[in-house]
Amino acid sequence: MDNEKPIVDFGAIRDALGKDFEPVQVMDGQAKVIKPEIVSKYSNEQLVEFFKLMLWERTLHQRSNALTRQGRLGFYAPTEGQEASEMGSNSAMKKTDVLMPAYRDIPQLIQHGLPVYKAFLWSRGHVLGNEYPEDFHAMPPQIIIGAQYVQAAGVALGIKKNGTKDKVAYTYTGDGGTSQGDFYEGMNFAGAFQAPAVFIVQNNGYAISVPRRKQTAAKTLAQKAVAAGIPSVQVDGMDFLAVYEVTKAAREYAAAGNGPVMIETLTYRFGPHTNAGDDPKRYRTKDEEQPWFDNDPLIRYRKYLTDQGVWSEDQENEYVEQVKEDIKAAVKQADEAPKQKMTEFLGNVFEEQPQNIQQQITEFQAKESK
Amino acid sequence: MSKKTYIQAITDALRLELGSDEKTLVFGEDVGKNGGVFRATDGLQAEFGEDRVFDTPLAESGIGGLSIGLALEGFRPIPEIQFLGFIFETLDSIAGQMSRERFRTGGTRHMPITIRSPYGGGTHTPEMHADSLEGYLAQIPGLRVVTPSNPYDAKGLLISSIRNNDPVFFLENLKLYRSMKADIPDEAYTVPLDKANVVREGTDISLIAYSAQVNQSLKVAEKLEKEGISVEVVDLRTLSPLDEETILKSVQKTGRAVAIQEAQRQAGIAANVASLIAEKGTLYLSAPVGRVYAPDTVYPFGLAEDDWLPAEDEIEAKTREILNY
Repeated sequence: MDNEKPIVDFGAIRDALGKDFEPVQVMDGQAKVIKPEIVSKYSNEQLVEFFKLMLWERTLHQRSNALTRQGRLGFYAPTEGQEASEMGSNSAMKKTDVLMPAYRDIPQLIQHGLPVYKAFLWSRGHVLGNEYPEDFHAMPPQIIIGAQYVQAAGVALGIKKNGTKDKVAYTYTGDGGTSQGDFYEGMNFAGAFQAPAVFIVQNNGYAISVPRRKQTAAKTLAQKAVAAGIPSVQVDGMDFLAVYEVTKAAREYAAAGNGPVMIETLTYRFGPHTNAGDDPKRYRTKDEEQPWFDNDPLIRYRKYLTDQGVWSEDQENEYVEQVKEDIKAAVKQADEAPKQKMTEFLGNVFEEQPQNIQQQITEFQAKESK
Repeated sequence: MSKKTYIQAITDALRLELGSDEKTLVFGEDVGKNGGVFRATDGLQAEFGEDRVFDTPLAESGIGGLSIGLALEGFRPIPEIQFLGFIFETLDSIAGQMSRERFRTGGTRHMPITIRSPYGGGTHTPEMHADSLEGYLAQIPGLRVVTPSNPYDAKGLLISSIRNNDPVFFLENLKLYRSMKADIPDEAYTVPLDKANVVREGTDISLIAYSAQVNQSLKVAEKLEKEGISVEVVDLRTLSPLDEETILKSVQKTGRAVAIQEAQRQAGIAANVASLIAEKGTLYLSAPVGRVYAPDTVYPFGLAEDDWLPAEDEIEAKTREILNY
């Protein structure tokens, strides 16, 4: 009896989990084209535009880093290393799609239409940074990890109920965020309602100091979508074209009324979690970091474009200088924002003012008129 | 006019608002075909279709997030949380998200959401069904907390809540659902938010109560009237923000007050009422502000409810104590 095989071989089931998820790649780390049929879809000019998006994000990161050190920005979550993941996915979306970003997704917000000075005001802690015009389809960066996922499910259901064609909600979280209940609930609700949402997980290896392997025993994060019954895919998050193509396909699938999709991008955060004192040296080794630094999403695309003879160092320098000028102007514009007033804050709590708010507005009016 | 129970009045309000505003949506666990675990949404899906009245997966946080997202797409969500004890699952969507949205977007986005949820003791429910958690909710800036004590207010306050462009947490008392009937208008009408109601005028003492305790207080007032004691009863209706004017005006008139709640002493909102009177009405007072509340324990096991819940005799005893101070 002891040698009898159990009715279920759980070991075999475990070993098979996640086997269906092989990362999609278009161009490898040495700029070798894996999928020429994808690359040939784009002219060299288009590829240069894609590269410029990543270069823009890298420059924005470098300037934001410096401005944070000078005390000219407040909260800042570095994006270096995630340019292909962030710009590749975001540029596959339409301006009418609704972006529900997390706190590291500032470059996507800006490319979606948020003026840079508003992003800087958000970083500093000024309400003007969060005042979006009605036709800007996005919400301010979400600090509560996972909340953007359940809300994206609601936005997507709203799009479906409104009968709006060719429109999706899309949202981002990190690898750590996949452990949250709201991460699952968001995907599961969108799945149950067959709502047009694209859920993107930027797996950058770490949630502050906690490595991805400590979040879950799952081999991939993409396979978590299986629990919601929705399709998902893993993609080389250092490969702009791979992320772009996968996101574009996901968007088309969702917008066509097929229900939501989840995407896991495999990427790496080159720097700290935020500029508020996190030091990756406490939890990462140089040996681990170096291969990722060598896999910089800009390196392979720069090499490819240079080999094609459509990109040069001079062009790069010129473009970076222009971005820096734009950023300088944005800082100046942010500096001009008026000081925030308690009376205005009080007026933004409710549409119709209850007694406590009325009383406090009167109190602060007296103080502010001094 | 028709005779309606408290819960029928709620269904009435939902039906009228679903009929008059196509952006209203009713959703939650079992609110569709089943008509709600208490029949509050009975017949609504049949009348308005699955697009307007629908069931959700069993996940309160998801329901909260769904409401926020739908509001961003221009809808007027009326979600249900099956029992108030389950709000801990979705406290972020309420306290961390929808209540802050108007503020954090500088008024460029808003959340016209009305969350309905039953609560309250005396019907021997299982754990985490009857807890009075209004005190938690009352501490959230940007959120209105409303609870009716009778069928007329239930309908009028719910219509006002749904039409309001900011989030309202609408608390429905389980014991009141079918324990009383009242003549109420068939058409839509509103009862104002942020306004308490003097449900009985008096000159000797103010009993300030809400939900099931309003009726208990009225019974105490009737009893004491036979002894020549004139009791004023104030029904708060909106628990947060408080209608300070009505409370203070009543206390100014009577000079004595008791704040009454079903929640534990350390919970609820009676302490807010007492501190308001202490801060702004001390000179009106001939006696300290009394309070009636439940013991500071976890909500009791079903068989112990009767011993635990604040009853009429406790309200009467406290009223006499403050009168004789």
